[in-house]
Amino acid sequence: MADHHSDSRNNPDPDRRQESRFAGFKRSMLYPTFLLGLFATVSAGLLVSGNILTKDAIAEREREDLQALLAEVIPGELYDNNLLESTVAFTHSNGEQATAYRATREGEPVAVAFPISGMGYSGLISMLVGIDHNGKILGVRVISHTETPGLGDKIEARRSDWIFGFDGLPKDSSDNTSLKIKGDGGTFDQLTGATITSRTVVSTVRDGLMFFDKTSDVLLGHTVRDNATFHADIDHEE
Amino acid sequence: METRYSTIIRDGIWNNNVALGQMLALCPLLAVTGTATSGLGMGLATTSVLLGSSLIVSLFRNIIAPEVRLPIFVLIIASLVTLVGMVMNAWVHELYKVLGLFIPLIVTNCAILGRAEAFASKNRALPAVVDALAMGAGFTLILVLLGGVREIIGSGTLFANASLLLGESLSFLEMTLIHDYAGFLLFVLPPGAFIALGFIMAGKRWIDARHTSGLTLPAASDS
Repeated sequence: MADHHSDSRNNPDPDRRQESRFAGFKRSMLYPTFLLGLFATVSAGLLVSGNILTKDAIAEREREDLQALLAEVIPGELYDNNLLESTVAFTHSNGEQATAYRATREGEPVAVAFPISGMGYSGLISMLVGIDHNGKILGVRVISHTETPGLGDKIEARRSDWIFGFDGLPKDSSDNTSLKIKGDGGTFDQLTGATITSRTVVSTVRDGLMFFDKTSDVLLGHTVRDNATFHADIDHEE
Repeated sequence: METRYSTIIRDGIWNNNVALGQMLALCPLLAVTGTATSGLGMGLATTSVLLGSSLIVSLFRNIIAPEVRLPIFVLIIASLVTLVGMVMNAWVHELYKVLGLFIPLIVTNCAILGRAEAFASKNRALPAVVDALAMGAGFTLILVLLGGVREIIGSGTLFANASLLLGESLSFLEMTLIHDYAGFLLFVLPPGAFIALGFIMAGKRWIDARHTSGLTLPAASDS
């Protein structure tokens, strides 16, 4: 504030009057309001331009992420279409919208990938499962989770091979008997120290297989055309 | 008023270090230091926000009315954090996926508001920028130190995934210090952060105490 006063003293008259008018305004009740409004407007403007400048790049990164994830659950050599453009929207029993990605080769459906989720030890575990047209699991990957670092996080493909245990499991494993962790009388290995996490992942994948069983004609596009919406439930059986 | 840059820098990095001296910003410090790489990323993000907010606050210090200074500081910081978040999401996406959750929390990092209030709003732009850089460097140093300690003890590596998260050029940082190490889970989990931070704080106190007692004999000039 000291700067302003010394400046105005050296300046010629009209400027000085201007300066003192500003000083008067600065003391008024309106000034803080005006200032806050000004800063809010400028900030909003900056955020809008920031959003415009980055949104294409961010959308591109998210597309790349999705593509990389899809490539892990449906091997690239199986299909020749763009998975991101061949989608089926469906609604989970909890009302959440979800998208299934259909892989085709020369127009024939070969596989489908869709998101599944279940409550783990400390929160929701979101996964993507790829299933071929015969109902065989091609791959499962965890998208996000909040399981214990060092124990439950071994469900991530980059931390352990455990999740690869689903690869190639045939269709008849969806009848609830064999696809369980060993602790529950099934055949699937559980992670040491993360039984609840393992149980959730395995049972969620089983639910996903049953969901595929019920809706495979729609998911694979035999009955409904691309981009159709249908309602279907993923049943959770405890 | 004479500005002593060496004092500002020494205060920021050591004497009045954000985490060890002021005991501020402990939430992000404890939360993101699972590895040295995330610590470094968080430190750089925080420093850039601190730099921007200190510069802006200092430039506008004469027109900011005292009655509304705090909302304006928060507005400036929040806008900068949002911008940094968007930029990181767009161009250092892998790091954003690791730190994403904690980037918005930089807004609540009281150290940044603290520097705006205690230093930038009272000083010219250049000292404010120097102060921001020194404070940011001090905070980054502790983040990397704590992350490094936890990573080495917890999983036997240092700067794992640095090239993936921060860019290909940093791959030289990646090293595995202990081969075939089973890992020490406690240090990966939050309690490890508390324990390690406790030792680092004690270490700073110990060095300070030795330093002062050593200096009393030959020269008492350093206060």
